[in-house]
Parts: sequence; structure tokens; C-alpha cells
Amino acid sequence: MSSPILLRGSIRRRLIIQLLVGAALLATLMFLVVQRYARDLAGQSQDEILAASVTAILDSAAVRQGDLTVDIPYFAFSMLGNISEDRVFYAIRRNGSFLTGYPDLPKPFAASGSTPRFQTDTYDGEDIRMATATRRLSVEGQPDFIEVTVAQTRYGLRQQLAAISQTVAGFGIGFFVLSALFGILAAQSAIRPLRRLAESVSRRGLADLRPVSAPVPAEMEALVRALNGFMSRLKTSLTRSEDLIAEAAHRVRTPLATVRTQAEITLRRVDKPENRQAVREMIRAIDESSRAAGQLLDHAMVSFRSDHLELEDVEIARLVRETVDRVHPTADLRDIDLVLRLPEATMRVKGDPILMQSALLNLLDNAIKYSPADSCVHVSARITDQEAVITVRDEGAGFPKTDMGRLTRRFVRGSNTDAVVGSGLGLTIAHEVARAHGGRLFLTNHNEEGGACASLSFPLA
Amino acid sequence: MRYLLVEDNEQLATAVVDRLTLDGHVVDRAGDLGTAEDFIATTEYDLILLDIMLPDGDGRHFLQSHRASRRDTPVIVLTARSEVSDRVGVLDLGADDYLVKPFDFSELEARCRAVLRRRSGGASNVQRFGGVCFDALACTLTVGDREIRLRNRELRLFEIFINAPDQVFSKSKLVDRLFSYDVDASENAIEVYVGRLRKHLEGAEAQIVTVRGLGYRLSLS
Repeated sequence: MSSPILLRGSIRRRLIIQLLVGAALLATLMFLVVQRYARDLAGQSQDEILAASVTAILDSAAVRQGDLTVDIPYFAFSMLGNISEDRVFYAIRRNGSFLTGYPDLPKPFAASGSTPRFQTDTYDGEDIRMATATRRLSVEGQPDFIEVTVAQTRYGLRQQLAAISQTVAGFGIGFFVLSALFGILAAQSAIRPLRRLAESVSRRGLADLRPVSAPVPAEMEALVRALNGFMSRLKTSLTRSEDLIAEAAHRVRTPLATVRTQAEITLRRVDKPENRQAVREMIRAIDESSRAAGQLLDHAMVSFRSDHLELEDVEIARLVRETVDRVHPTADLRDIDLVLRLPEATMRVKGDPILMQSALLNLLDNAIKYSPADSCVHVSARITDQEAVITVRDEGAGFPKTDMGRLTRRFVRGSNTDAVVGSGLGLTIAHEVARAHGGRLFLTNHNEEGGACASLSFPLA
Repeated sequence: MRYLLVEDNEQLATAVVDRLTLDGHVVDRAGDLGTAEDFIATTEYDLILLDIMLPDGDGRHFLQSHRASRRDTPVIVLTARSEVSDRVGVLDLGADDYLVKPFDFSELEARCRAVLRRRSGGASNVQRFGGVCFDALACTLTVGDREIRLRNRELRLFEIFINAPDQVFSKSKLVDRLFSYDVDASENAIEVYVGRLRKHLEGAEAQIVTVRGLGYRLSLS
């Protein structure tokens, strides 16, 4: 009966989302920074060529025979032509008035000095980059300022930038994909110890309350400590109730033994039939309660050991023989023969011999109790493909058909057992032992003779 | 048979001694381990009935030292602890059998008999009456040169008769001795077993005689 668990969010999902968002931000940032840097770098190289061109033109300006000549060298433009199909414009001004070139080329904003200045503008509907420098010459003693502006469109730059952006975007996407992968892996591995802990706890038997011993990461220490504390409290309370059952059984049984023995002796001395009947009923009641105490204790022991199952090699034939030996005197008392049929082959299973013996004892005990006097109880063992099966069959009334399904429940007894003392725990114990070993208990009635037939199966080692 | 009962619970001990004495056994009773040692030092016993929890120690230690000193008197442990592991432990320490309290006297008898039979190694314990040899340990009745194996109830019934020849036993007393209390045994069942014994005794001097209105007795014909 587990109550529904309220789920809110998932650590793994949250981790993955956070890591993905982080990776996306980083990738975008990287893209922007690299693009910006590339643009600056490309712009800078265009500026340098423009500056060189301006300087070359200025350098060619000279005063010859008292007049100013500017002989624009070829290479001043050819070096600009290196950059794709960009168009080149120029303007030369003398003392602020246009001399040659493209007259409507925008004028530079600032008064320029001998070092080139740069600006971006539009001309003829196109983006251009301009470099401007001024040179001071002396013509017949008069200062003469010559200003050269060289401009170039920016196709090449844009193309270059687009190419760089594409590459950088590729890198960015690659970076993102890689970090996303790492993120998912990291999330998985961060979750793994949690999952391992959950598995190791859920794989345990119902009352395996040992503390968690597997190593866990430091972050989970508090959780595991709390879990261990919880389990040890549970274990203490379980142990306490087991001790209580054992102690109670002891306290109850010793005085019961006295009462029973004295009742039996009294019965010998009493003659009146109604008194004898009363004493008989007394003895019967004592047997009921002492049996119940014993079975409760056995049941507690079986539950405990089933959960701390310590497996060893058990040879079925030997176990059966020893257990049957043990009940011989009780069977003898009612002149019941125990007929043992065991195969030659060894049948080895992995199990807890004490539990298995307890299960078999209960079946034998039942068979003897419910057998008519002077009959036989047949005990046999056989091997199937994967199992060793021990069968105990009596010649009694058999299991009532309607009860078959519920006889293994606690304190449930067959509807035809009124005359026999019992606690309703015997088959429960046998059932639990079989189940703890991965086997089962099945109940049938023998076809021809009709006796009850109980089989325990255990998987072979 | 001579029994030693080591049991500290006064009432239970008295009851057990009474009952075993009724069956014709001699029983000494020790209330603690020290007394038990004293008894064992001076007397040969056929069987020891040993409680586990005693005022001056654990019966299991006694059992251990008993076996360590190579005394092989059979021991049946009487215990209130019924956990299977406890029982197995007792057997490992050298007990011949164990019985969980409270026990049925018939079962105690049966277990004592089984242990004695196992330990006697064929030594006979024969009672004779009217030309009949009765060996309770071997479960045999010999009439002339006929040896008959008795079933448990026949054996117990005949034992009652041969331990007190000529005494009359009522059917109801015999029912008490022969059947466990959880079966509503009828007195008619006794007639069945008496019938079987009579058949076994055919040709012998000893006969089971019906005493009208009272019961049965074993006497010479």
C-alpha cells in the first residue's frame, strides 16, 4: 500500500535545460565577439590600404616651376584594387577648393592633418570608407594646403565578413552541440548515484534493514544518513517485537506445561464423565494456546530469516530424512506410517536449511494431525528441470475445495478441521519459506485416494 | 527405567515425576545443575530429561560438559523456546532429542522410548507374563515361537496391562492413555485394539479378560 508520490520537476531535466541555455548563451556570445573582432580586423586592413593610397598621392604632389602638380601614381589605386571588385573614388582639393577627382564625394567632417583620418559615409547610394589627409606645401613662399581623399566601397569587406560569420556560426553551432552533449552526459552522471541508491534500496528484501554501505557522493551524505537512521529505528522496533514474541512465548509456555501436565494427571483420578469432559477440554485449550504461541514464534523467526536469507548448499534427501526422523515418534503415537520415497540422484538447492526444515516440519505435522489412525503419510521428493519438489501426502479428508486458495493466509484454517488443534499458521510458514527461496507451495488433493497433498518446490542450485 | 529429571519449576517437575512413576519408572529430580551433577556422580541413569533455563546456569552448558566427559547417558531436552534454530542447536550439542513445553505426556513417552530404543543397541528389556515375552524397546511380543511386531498403540496398551497384571482398567482411562486429546476418540476404538491384542495372544496363557461393566484386565487363563 504505497501512497502516490507527488512529483515536481526533474533534477535531470532541469540540469539539462540549464546546461543547454548556458551553452547557447556562450555560443552566441562567442559568435558576436569573434564577428566583431573580424570586422574590426578587416576594417583596419582596408583603412591601412586607404591610408597608404592617400599618402602615396600626397607624396606625389610637388611644386614645379612655381606651380603645384599632382601626379597620381598608378599603384595608389592598384593596391586598392586588390580587394575584390570594389569601386574606388578620390578627390583632391587645394586650399579647400576642388581640384580633381569626384567633385561630389562627401567632404570630410573634420579638418584633417598629415596623418590620415577615416570616416564612413554614403556615396552614389553605396557605403564607402574614406581616408583623408592634408599636406602643406610652399608655393612661392605662400603656404598651400593640399587635401587628398580616397574612398572605397565596402563589398569586399562585407563578403569577407559574411564568410567569417559563416565559419564562426559553424563553430558556434558545433560548440553548442558539443556542450549540449557534455551537458546531457554530466546530468546523467550527476543523477547516477541517486539512481544507484534508489535501485539498491528497492532491490532489497522487505525487511532488509542494513544501513546503505555502497559509497555515495558527499552531496548525498545527508540523505543516506537520514535513510540509515530511519532504517535502524525500524530495525530496532522490529527486533523489539521479535524479542517480545520470544519472551512472551517462553513466559506463556512454562506455566502452560505445568497446567497441562497436572490436568493430564487429574484426568486419571477423575471418574465422573462430565468432569472428565471438562478436563479434556481444558487440555485441548492448553494445546491450542501453546501451539499458537509456538507457531507465532516460528512465524516471526521465518519472517526474520527470510529477509536475511543466508544461503548454503542443502541436500534435499538428507533434509527430508532428518525431518521425517524427527516426527517419527509423533506419527507412531497414532500408528501412522511414514513412507519415504527419495530419488537416487542428489538434489542440491541453495537455501536456509533451518527455514526449509521448518516448512517441511509444518507440512508433516499437518499430515500427521489430519491423518486417520493406522494410515500412511507419504513423503517423496523429485527433481524436475529446474526444481526440487518435496511432496507430503496423507490419507485424510483432504483440503476443502472452497478453502484451497486462502489456506496459506495467516490464521486461516480449513472448514473441516474443527476436531484438530491448530493455529492456522503452518501453511503460512511453509508458503513464506518457499517464496523466500523463489519456490512455491502448492496444495492439491490426491486424485484416487483423496488425501491432502502439499508440495514445496525449491529452484535447483 | 531410571530417569533423572532436571527441572526447576516445582509444579511441572512434580507432575512429570508423578506421571513417569505411574508408568513404572524410577525418577530422581534435580532442581538445578549442581544437584544434577551430584546425582549423576552417584547413580547410573537410563535417561536424563533436561530443562534449558535453570537457576544456576544454562542447561546447554551442562549438556556440553556432559558429552565432553564422555558420559553417554541419553539426554532429552525440555525447552520452552520453540525456535527451530534453538532446537537444532541443542541437537548439535549432543542432545538425543528435544521436546517443546508444554508437551503431551504420550509424546514424552514416545520420545523417551525412541531414544532408549536407539541407544540400547539391541539390549533387551524383556518382561514375561503367562508364557508371553514382551520387549517394549524392540516393540515385540513373543508368544511361544511366534514373534509379533506390535504397532505403537498395541504396544502402549499392552504395556499398561503387563505393568499391572490383574488390575482392571476402564475403557475411559485407556482412551486417555492411548489417544491424543485433539481427536475425539471413542471408547469403541479401545475395543479394536483389545481385539488385536487378543488375536496376538492366541495360544498363550496370558489373556485380556473383559470385566463386565468395569473394563479389561490381563490375567492367566
